[in-house]
Amino acid sequence: MQSSTSARRGRTWLQVAPLTITLVLFVVIPVVMIAAVSFFSFDMVIGAQPDFIFGNFIEVLTDRNTLNLYGTTLKYAALVWAITLFVGFWIAYFLAFHIRNLLIAIGLFLLCTVPFWTSNVIRMISWIPLLGKQGLINQALMGIGIVDEPVEWLLFSDFAVVLCYVNLFTLFMIVPIFNSMARIDRSLIEAARDAGAGRLRIMTEVIVPLSKSGIALGSIFVVALTMGDFFVVKIMGGGRSANVVSAMFDDIGILNYPHAGAQAVVLLIVVTLIVTAIMRVVDVRKELAQAR
Amino acid sequence: MAGGGGRTTHKKREWTFYVLAVFFTLFVIFLYGPMFSIYVLSFQGPNAGLTFPMQGFSLHWFEALFGQARTGDIGGAFGRSIPLAIIVLGLTVVISVAAGLAFRRRFLGSSPLFYTAVASLIVPGLVLSIGIGQGFTVLGLRTGWWSSALGAHLSWTLPFGLLIMFAVLARFNPALEEAARDQGATNVQVLRYVVIPILFPGIIAVALFGFTLSYDEFPRSWVTVGTRNTLPLEIWTMVTNITSPALYALATVTTAISFIIIIVSLGAIAMIQRRRSGQSRRKSAKA
Repeated sequence: MQSSTSARRGRTWLQVAPLTITLVLFVVIPVVMIAAVSFFSFDMVIGAQPDFIFGNFIEVLTDRNTLNLYGTTLKYAALVWAITLFVGFWIAYFLAFHIRNLLIAIGLFLLCTVPFWTSNVIRMISWIPLLGKQGLINQALMGIGIVDEPVEWLLFSDFAVVLCYVNLFTLFMIVPIFNSMARIDRSLIEAARDAGAGRLRIMTEVIVPLSKSGIALGSIFVVALTMGDFFVVKIMGGGRSANVVSAMFDDIGILNYPHAGAQAVVLLIVVTLIVTAIMRVVDVRKELAQAR
Repeated sequence: MAGGGGRTTHKKREWTFYVLAVFFTLFVIFLYGPMFSIYVLSFQGPNAGLTFPMQGFSLHWFEALFGQARTGDIGGAFGRSIPLAIIVLGLTVVISVAAGLAFRRRFLGSSPLFYTAVASLIVPGLVLSIGIGQGFTVLGLRTGWWSSALGAHLSWTLPFGLLIMFAVLARFNPALEEAARDQGATNVQVLRYVVIPILFPGIIAVALFGFTLSYDEFPRSWVTVGTRNTLPLEIWTMVTNITSPALYALATVTTAISFIIIIVSLGAIAMIQRRRSGQSRRKSAKA
């Protein structure tokens, strides 16, 4: 018996070794690298130099412009979270509770997820011919006579940035919420209805509580993705908007890795705090571990 | 949806159904509308602009894309992105299937490993990209699509592969494995004749994620790819430099490849499932 357990342990170790090595090499060490570089010094002429200074962090945390970047990043995250939660919840609800044929429900669910397997950059630039000054939406608005002049704020604005995020990230809300809703025992809803609960009470006392882990998981994805984005802000913001990661992108453009590193460390701390807060409210581990 | 279907079919639809059906339709248009508008615009004539209305109809911009080298190294970018995506696909399948099998039991370090995988989804792609780039610089290694970018892509595809394996293995009955072993099958035989055939639809799903997520990955490639661009980076430079429908043509070609992969994978999964349910039906009919 002893030898068979140790053989099994050996097999397990072999099975997880490739995953462990890859994650250590390409996730753990890079994050440590970033943290180390954030203490380096930077000079325009000689570039980044190994050092141990807190200057980069002081700069990030006291400079008004960088603090504004965190404000913008959080503003986008909050807006996108609220919109994707609303849209994602109702789409998932529709698929899980209103479509009676399982195959059709799965088909429609796949329809919502297919764009995930295509390029985000392409999905982003797809908005340009629609939102531009001579774009389709302005043509339509002027055609109907709602406006006389093309609406300027459709493209290259905060509006375009948020619209694009919602377009790209809503499916990260739909998938986990649909997953939890699909697992809700239908007889619970019958029971609630028999006990005299109305539509609203079934929603607030049965469906929402039982979809909580899906909602939390979706929220973590959407917040992390929005806060980690830079290319939507870069292109759709038209150079007028910036967030933390787009500023990091500019930093590495001039090879100022230490400043980018300090930005990254602060951002990672903020994201981790938000994710931990969400996990505090809802036990996401249960949702993720359930499959195991 | 699945359960009480029979009982509720005759009931009249509630008004909420119609409201949500309209909402769903609008959402699907919102999701796909913009994408299809640029596919349509990529088929314009030679003197076309970036917006509607369409100026003529031709394949001019596709020729421009591959004909002359003036739009950058598109062919080369395809030549790097596709092999890279295939390598990522292979590694993602092997690594996530192996790890998924191990994760069926608790083992020393299983939870830190699991959380590292999840963290890898949450860390911004550009942050990881910079970290990997810096790591290579410190070690004096040169970044390249087949080394640093490959690792960067795996950090994105492996967590998805692992989560899919969890979902698939939750429905896998370990007794089948035990039975084969009791009959004297070796580990390799168990894997080859029992585990892999049963898990095959899930493995295709992992492969689909591995290929498409790598093929379209942009932020994690930015610093790690070295001097030669992969396709998403090439598209990015076109977005910032070129303002002709050639950009849309490239988008159309790229997405067509993605769609072919998606359709082939989902079709294969559906076919296997159907054949299986057919087989089990025939078996139960015989019995």
